[in-house]
Amino acid sequence: MSDDALLSVHDLACARGERLLFKDMNFSVGAGELLLVQGGNGQGKTSLLRLLTGLARPEAGEIRWRGEPIRQCRDQFHAEMIYLGHANGVKDDLDPIENLRFAEGLQGRAFERERAIDLLQRLGLARCLDLPCRVLSFGQRRRVALSALLLADAKLWILDEPLTGLDVHAVALMEGLIRDHLAAGGMAVATTHQALNLEGVQVQRLLVGNVAIPEMA
Amino acid sequence: MGRFLLAVLRRDLTLAARRRGDWLIAQFFFVMVASLFPLGVGPEPNMLARIGPGVLWVAATLASLLSLSRLFSDDHHDGSLEHMVLSPEPTVLLVLGKSLAHWLIYGIPLLLIAPVLGIQFNLSWEAILILEISLLLGTPILSLLGGVGAALTLGLRGGGVLLTLLILPLYIPALIFGAGAVDGVIAGTGAQAHLSLLGAFLVLSLMIAPWIAAAALRVSLE
Repeated sequence: MSDDALLSVHDLACARGERLLFKDMNFSVGAGELLLVQGGNGQGKTSLLRLLTGLARPEAGEIRWRGEPIRQCRDQFHAEMIYLGHANGVKDDLDPIENLRFAEGLQGRAFERERAIDLLQRLGLARCLDLPCRVLSFGQRRRVALSALLLADAKLWILDEPLTGLDVHAVALMEGLIRDHLAAGGMAVATTHQALNLEGVQVQRLLVGNVAIPEMA
Repeated sequence: MGRFLLAVLRRDLTLAARRRGDWLIAQFFFVMVASLFPLGVGPEPNMLARIGPGVLWVAATLASLLSLSRLFSDDHHDGSLEHMVLSPEPTVLLVLGKSLAHWLIYGIPLLLIAPVLGIQFNLSWEAILILEISLLLGTPILSLLGGVGAALTLGLRGGGVLLTLLILPLYIPALIFGAGAVDGVIAGTGAQAHLSLLGAFLVLSLMIAPWIAAAALRVSLE
């Protein structure tokens, strides 16, 4: 395990109900690295990501951020981490700018309107800025969620299937954004079933679960 | 800290302003329930004045319950609740902000409608004044304790009914002291004691409820 690992996982085990999804999991992610979590459906990819965010508690083992268990440095960890799950966290009754404004406010940060508009335009939402998100398509709402992700300026991105619902242009854009984020010293943990073109990126692959023999607790 | 609380408040108030239908339903429910009693019991003024405080308090309690099941569930459904819990700010503040927003959205309008319904029940002006004070102290209790129930039943099927069963017993002290204060004025024994107890209950709820609700929320999200 390298010394410069910011996020490290030690002997992690996860159970859903009676079923043990995985155990004795160890890995570490350093600055500029992408951890690609792979595995079939129901193998515990999402569960692993939820453990990493601190939303769920591990059955055993520990997750550390900058060498400290995340339970003990919750505030600092949450300030440096952003999570994008299956649900977008986008409010249907608000327009994209309002969504970003409240997302920033809820992170306890001041809202930079110009930057938010710039990001939304970069993600191809220039024509939807004043429309309630209710009328946007699934992919467009996903783009709003990705704008919130970029606006947050977090060190660690935890992305659960970030490419779901995105068209080829948006996927290419997303690949570029992940590359930029890592090149700037950021780090990411992501699950995806799609092939990603990530040349020049330090990618670690982690296989979750054992498809052949599901272990019983 | 203050900025976060303000952000939660502004967000919930903006969302409520966008969906006025939901907001109106609770107020109409309050008016309807309170209006059914004179129709059912008969229009005898003295009897109405006697049951009035209790009926108005029960109606306010039920109206607040009606809106509580959505306190967290909408945000849970679209994923924004997870984002809020993952904020570096304490979850307790989030719960406090949402309960406060619930009170501003659903509690304050009840305060505004109650005097009109008080006239309908032949309450004296003095009794209406005390009714207002008791509701002012009591409705925040409903929102705070309701937050605990809403967090506990989050994501459960049929959570709305379970929420009602869980939370109604906790509302009993507020109901007794709130309606009792108005009864006290009508009976001439004064409202002071009841209002003091109601105030104490409010302080107690404010001190304890957000912490329990925050813990419940973390469990529900796991």
